[in-house]
Amino acid sequence: MQKDLKKYWRTNLRYMTLLLSIWFVVSYGFGILFVDVLDQVQIGGFKLGFWFAQQGSIYVFTILVFVYAWLMNRLDEKYDVDEK
Amino acid sequence: MDVQIWTFIIVGLSFALYIGIAIWSRATSTREFYVAGGGVSPLANGMATAADWMSAASFISMAGLISFMGRDGSMYLMGWTGGYVMLALLLAPYLRKFGKFTVPDFIGDRYYSNTARVVAVFCAIFVSFTYVVGQMKGVGIAFSRFLEVEFTTGVLIGMAIVFFYAVLGGMKGITYTQVAQYCVLIFAYLVPAIFISIMVTGNPIPQFGFGSTTTEAYGGGYLLAKLDAIHTELGFKAYTAGNKSTLDIFCITLALMAGTAGLPHVIIRFFTVPNVKGARKSVGYALIFIAILYTTAPAVAAFARLNMIQTISGRSYESVPAWVKNWEKTKLITIEDKNGDGQMQYLADKNANEVTVDPDIMVLANPEIAKLKPWVAALVAAGGLAAALSTAAGLLLVISTAISHDLLKKTFRPNITDKEELLYARIAAGVAILVSGYFGIHPPDYVAAVVAFAFGLACSSFFPAIFLGIFDKRTNTQGAVSGMIVGIVFTAGYIIYFKFIDTAANIPENWWLGVSPEGIGTIGMIINLVITWCVSRLTPPPPEEVQQMVEDIRIPRGSASPTASH
Repeated sequence: MQKDLKKYWRTNLRYMTLLLSIWFVVSYGFGILFVDVLDQVQIGGFKLGFWFAQQGSIYVFTILVFVYAWLMNRLDEKYDVDEK
Repeated sequence: MDVQIWTFIIVGLSFALYIGIAIWSRATSTREFYVAGGGVSPLANGMATAADWMSAASFISMAGLISFMGRDGSMYLMGWTGGYVMLALLLAPYLRKFGKFTVPDFIGDRYYSNTARVVAVFCAIFVSFTYVVGQMKGVGIAFSRFLEVEFTTGVLIGMAIVFFYAVLGGMKGITYTQVAQYCVLIFAYLVPAIFISIMVTGNPIPQFGFGSTTTEAYGGGYLLAKLDAIHTELGFKAYTAGNKSTLDIFCITLALMAGTAGLPHVIIRFFTVPNVKGARKSVGYALIFIAILYTTAPAVAAFARLNMIQTISGRSYESVPAWVKNWEKTKLITIEDKNGDGQMQYLADKNANEVTVDPDIMVLANPEIAKLKPWVAALVAAGGLAAALSTAAGLLLVISTAISHDLLKKTFRPNITDKEELLYARIAAGVAILVSGYFGIHPPDYVAAVVAFAFGLACSSFFPAIFLGIFDKRTNTQGAVSGMIVGIVFTAGYIIYFKFIDTAANIPENWWLGVSPEGIGTIGMIINLVITWCVSRLTPPPPEEVQQMVEDIRIPRGSASPTASH
């Protein structure tokens, strides 16, 4: 039981690390640090870096939160720690 | 009918709705007063969170600011939405499982120390007061501009409304009123945005219009490319290029994100859902509802920028539309023909520039710019008031809970009954409204400057303490308290120095590492994390039962509704 919970927590941390890396890349990466590089790419009326900074990052944030909720609900059931 | 009458009707109806909801959702126990009984559905809580979060500043000022800042404005957009990802992944589910009422509750229990609790109480009160004063001022401005009543009368009306539903209904009343307020404010924001988008680009969805070509009347070509060209021509930096240093933008964005995740009035919202599952999902809903406004705002900013420059630049004063002259009367637009050529020059060069525009008017002027019917302008007034009132109410609740629950019940008068505690909570809410109303009417000069405080302090004090409290079992009282104190003192000291003591020195050359006072919270947070980690390792580990508690909040099973038992 105790060992299972350790595994549960480690999987949770893995999910978090993955999702937070995406969170960091789309906002701080695409929107701030590499914005000028991405701005070389033009899609429709948007420069790509500018689009990530003012639109894209926000869409990705929303998706990330739902993906995490979905992953964790599944994980809770698998390790039998969900709320009854 | 003219705007005045429409405003009375629409604002009046929206207020009647809020009061009706307040009467329907009276709180009868401290559980209902503090966390709405823990029975709010994740969807409703998401909406309430969005209304709680989006203040008069988000509704009225943000698009205008972005309009004048161009790409640099992204820091507000990402900072005030990205914090919800941190909240969802790092804090909300665990705090919900912890299952008490307030942020100081968590700090006090996790760090088994009343000192830590009291430090947290004072941070919570200070951060919330800072914020609420700005809201009250916003209410006063909205009333005085749209209903043409005195500024003071406006604040008093706003105070009376908030008093009614916050004191009566507590968190329960506030939550359901905020759901209604969200609907009012988002509708009021989107209607003019959609019409402007159609007018400028022919595309009814602002988020797409933003990247489309402009209509014939605006000369065709991609909107953003056009703005860049106009900007360059007038001597400004291109709209899609940045002015601030990359490091500073990085720090400000991170300070806003971690600050958002650490603000007590945001965190407290996730105590109101029934379980951990609900908390995870509710953050997602909240972010959708916030994103609707936050992805529209930069589009509105770009449309407004183009409209403003094209209406003014190089035109003769006689030819400008009525909205320019209306706003000129309020002194928020000033025009001075410096070179006497009968035309208005809008230029980056301060000496030759003849037109100054206050960024705050951009959203408010939208209905007039798009020549919309008077009821739309009235709707915008109701939306601005909804945004200000909903945020003020959420903050006042944090203040009253901090006093009645954390200070009285948990620290100084542990023997009071639930009924007495509820009475104290109501009295505290009432007093907090009076005090914030007073400061709303007599705002200290530094209201604008203290916003940096609220985020800087939340991010350098609460965020690391809560984060490590959940993810690092080894963190103990000594570590957390020393980390919080050093984080706060460093951040507050830096902000006070540049914002109050030596304001003339507040230029990039003097900033430490080139980080502005707005972004210094990020450095404060890092210092806090390092100190907490090191001090915790050098002192004895926390007691067994605290470590057990940390184990326990990491799994959802057994999340009872927030208990009133202590």
